[in-house]
Amino acid sequence: MTNKTLLNVSDLRMQFGGLVAVNGVNLRVEEGQIVSIIGPNGAGKTTVFNCLSGFYTPTSGVVEFMGEEIQKLPDFKISLKGMVRTFQHVRLFNEMTVVENLLVAQHRHSNTNLLSGLFNTPAYKKSEERAMHRARYWLDKVGLTDVANREAGNLSYGQQRRLEIARCMVTEPKLLLLDEPAAGLNPKETKDLDNLIVSLKEDYHVSVLLIEHDMNLVMGISDNIYVINQGTPLASGTPEEIKGNPDVIKAYLGEV
Amino acid sequence: MKSNFSHAVFTAIITFIVSFPLLGLNLVTGGTSMSIEGAGPTTWMYIGAAVAIVFFFQLFRDQFTGLFRHIPKPSFNTGYQSLEPAKKAKVENWFTFAIILIALVWPFMVSRGSIDLATLVLIYVMLGLGLNIVVGLAGLLDLGYVAFYAVGAYSYALLSLYYDISFWLALPIAGIMAALFGFLLGFPVLRLRGDYLAIVTLGFGEIIRIFLLNATSLTGGPNGIGGIDKPTLFGMEFGRRVKEEGNTLFHEVMGISYDSTYKVIFLYLLALILVVITVFVIRRLVRMPVGRAWEALREDEIACRSLGMNRTVIKLSAFTIGAAFAGFAGCFFAARQGFISPESFTFIESAIILAIVVLGGMGSQMGVILAAIAMTVLPELAREFQEYRMLMFGLMMVLMMVWRPQGLLPSKRPHLELADDK
Amino acid sequence: MLEAFLYFIQQILNGLTIGSTYALIAIGYTMVYGIIGMINFAHGEVYMIGTYVSFVVIAGLTMLGIEYVPIIILAALTIAIIVSSSFGWAIERTAYRPLRGANRLIPLISAIGMSIFLQNFVVNAQGARDVAIPPMISGGWTFGTENFQASLSYMQLIIFIATFICMSALTLFISKSRMGRACRAVAEDIKMANLLGINTNRVISATFVIGASLAAVAGLLLGLYYGVANPHIGFIAGLKAFTAAVLGGIGSIPGAMLGGIILGLTESLTAAYISSEWKDAVSFSLLVLILLFKPTGLLGKQEVEKV
Repeated sequence: MTNKTLLNVSDLRMQFGGLVAVNGVNLRVEEGQIVSIIGPNGAGKTTVFNCLSGFYTPTSGVVEFMGEEIQKLPDFKISLKGMVRTFQHVRLFNEMTVVENLLVAQHRHSNTNLLSGLFNTPAYKKSEERAMHRARYWLDKVGLTDVANREAGNLSYGQQRRLEIARCMVTEPKLLLLDEPAAGLNPKETKDLDNLIVSLKEDYHVSVLLIEHDMNLVMGISDNIYVINQGTPLASGTPEEIKGNPDVIKAYLGEV
Repeated sequence: MKSNFSHAVFTAIITFIVSFPLLGLNLVTGGTSMSIEGAGPTTWMYIGAAVAIVFFFQLFRDQFTGLFRHIPKPSFNTGYQSLEPAKKAKVENWFTFAIILIALVWPFMVSRGSIDLATLVLIYVMLGLGLNIVVGLAGLLDLGYVAFYAVGAYSYALLSLYYDISFWLALPIAGIMAALFGFLLGFPVLRLRGDYLAIVTLGFGEIIRIFLLNATSLTGGPNGIGGIDKPTLFGMEFGRRVKEEGNTLFHEVMGISYDSTYKVIFLYLLALILVVITVFVIRRLVRMPVGRAWEALREDEIACRSLGMNRTVIKLSAFTIGAAFAGFAGCFFAARQGFISPESFTFIESAIILAIVVLGGMGSQMGVILAAIAMTVLPELAREFQEYRMLMFGLMMVLMMVWRPQGLLPSKRPHLELADDK
Repeated sequence: MLEAFLYFIQQILNGLTIGSTYALIAIGYTMVYGIIGMINFAHGEVYMIGTYVSFVVIAGLTMLGIEYVPIIILAALTIAIIVSSSFGWAIERTAYRPLRGANRLIPLISAIGMSIFLQNFVVNAQGARDVAIPPMISGGWTFGTENFQASLSYMQLIIFIATFICMSALTLFISKSRMGRACRAVAEDIKMANLLGINTNRVISATFVIGASLAAVAGLLLGLYYGVANPHIGFIAGLKAFTAAVLGGIGSIPGAMLGGIILGLTESLTAAYISSEWKDAVSFSLLVLILLFKPTGLLGKQEVEKV
């Protein structure tokens, strides 16, 4: 294997006052992998995401991204390093158009010098053209070209989900964190999402860390699965191993 | 129907309690004692009418709401909206050009008082546009905006008083000073949540006013600073006699007789130029990455952070740039008035500017311009309503929030062409 | 030495007096914020209206020839409470309730509009100039040396006692009564309370009414203490009371009490030892500093950001 470790989480712990939401979680994502986190509702999956992406500072534990400890960094710096996330409840810039959503996301690549913008210098023009080009490309890729100038808040739910992923992709991330991307989608849309995620991995060499309840989706595309229950790790392994794990079955179905 | 009736009685009683003691009984101070006297019959009629209206409205509110549902919300839909985007841009450019042209020619045809009023309107336009960056675009409620206006005005007044610096040199300095204040104040406070931010900016506004009021040796305290030099045009003064060594007089250079109207027109045109520059700069900013980031931040701060945007930097840029425009406006204000005092920079001034932004439509430039005109000109036109001006302001802010929080002329999203690349 | 100490004691007494009234007004901010999470910017005006109504009643009864002070004050108190709480109710109904659930800046702008409206309502109804009443309760205890006399006036004592009674009654009401329980439930989780069958609209209205009543008490007390009022006193007093609420921890009733006292002491000590012109600047600086360094205040709860 020539794979390098992209994300390595060891002994993550997150505590709110007296409540331990996440305890002793370990995770590893190799380059080019799709890794899933599953577990019952309230198991602390989203809290793990919030810790990884810097929205929470973990109480203890180490988060290494591309060989660098990032658990103390603020959220936006982690995103700039190439780990970008979506949200369980879609968070778009609702009153801005679809294209604008994609242009905003490229803030980091844009020429933000005020003077060059005010005087419309060639360098600025070029940077804006590049941004527009990239936005156009991803609109096409996720099938939103037709609604490009519509306000994001007016899109259908499935379109909003796709836009959120496209918005992450224009930032050119190395690792994409998707928080329940299939929630609320119909079977056809879920199938498209499946294809999109696989394509992100194969065509764009983006690794994906996924939280999802749709077991067909998870089992179909994951290279590796971590199961969390009540904030603590329960099992990990390939989809095959997880399917046969008695602890996992018990956690999902309750005591039998 | 029964519950409606008891509710109607209740609200009618409340209306009476709310209006009677303060409207119907007037305090009269005479000598050492104080007495009250009943108000005139008109006031009683108003109170009675208010009670009756509230009563019947509440009694038949189901019918009323049913009725109102059939009246469509007002929309300003003309054929213009269905135009092609490219054509629309052309129409807009012509429109802007025409407005500027009219604004240029207009002062030569009307009275001096009208020009003076128009200059005041332009100052409010500039303030409204500046605050619009902060409130309308970036979504940061700044209740102390007048502080930056004051910084700009006092910068010029003090520079002119102590260092004899001319208006033209002071203008950028005033802008920079206000921006600097914006930056320094903004840096610590922008971490705060929206409503706390509003209160803190209000506190800062008051602190600056109290400072101006009490630092008597520097600012003249409540007496303010007078005799501030008027702007010159290429070294030409607009007064009757030369005030500054080395300057010439406008009417002498032009070979015409002295008329004080020239000065008024000159100040108006100067304000117009400043406003036009403001409009174009802000229009450009909105389409730039920084402007997009402001709006994105207003929409969803958490999403912004997740995309690697540093919210502090973005908020700070909005705060600083907004403050700079207030600084320019303040500098011009000081030059026009020739006299400034802390009186001009109270919270009410901040509230008026905010009302302009709210009325016009947050984020919408055209809306803000129209609102500034409406808010300044209407009270002048209806002089008999002058004493109710602030009452109306307050009422309007409430009604706008309830009825149309996006403002009269909400901003339209730009239509972006998806450039064909080949 | 003794004089300096007496002077200090005098400042403490003055500070406690003002602080108590700030605390009474602050309750209105803190309860409303605790329940619907908005700053009721118009609350200061309700206090101002309380003062005006008290003055109207006092002047009216005096004209009628009633001279027994307790009766006058009791009547003024009752009517001021009725009128102010009607204002509180009406403000919530007209300016805030239609906006529930909107972006949080929208009710705040509406509240600012309401504040300007009420201020000018009183300006137009009663004139913009100061109104004054002759002192109703004079005298007190003095103690000290020939050079300096510290005093505790009866009026100050009444303010302490009235504040104490109001605060005790409020605490009892919140902890024991049915409505108080509902208030606490709504403050905890408004959606959940609604699902459990609590009429949240009623609770919210009650909050405004309670806050306004306490502001009316403060209006009467401060009106009697200073003897003058004008339509603009509500703005500064409101801002001060809000500072007190934030200082103590917004949403917390004991916090409002504590914050009011601390702010009152800070002000009177600043006025005495630095300069009375700067006392407002010092309180606003205090507000800014708390919000920057301890936005939860002294007794407030930590809020976890919901992602």
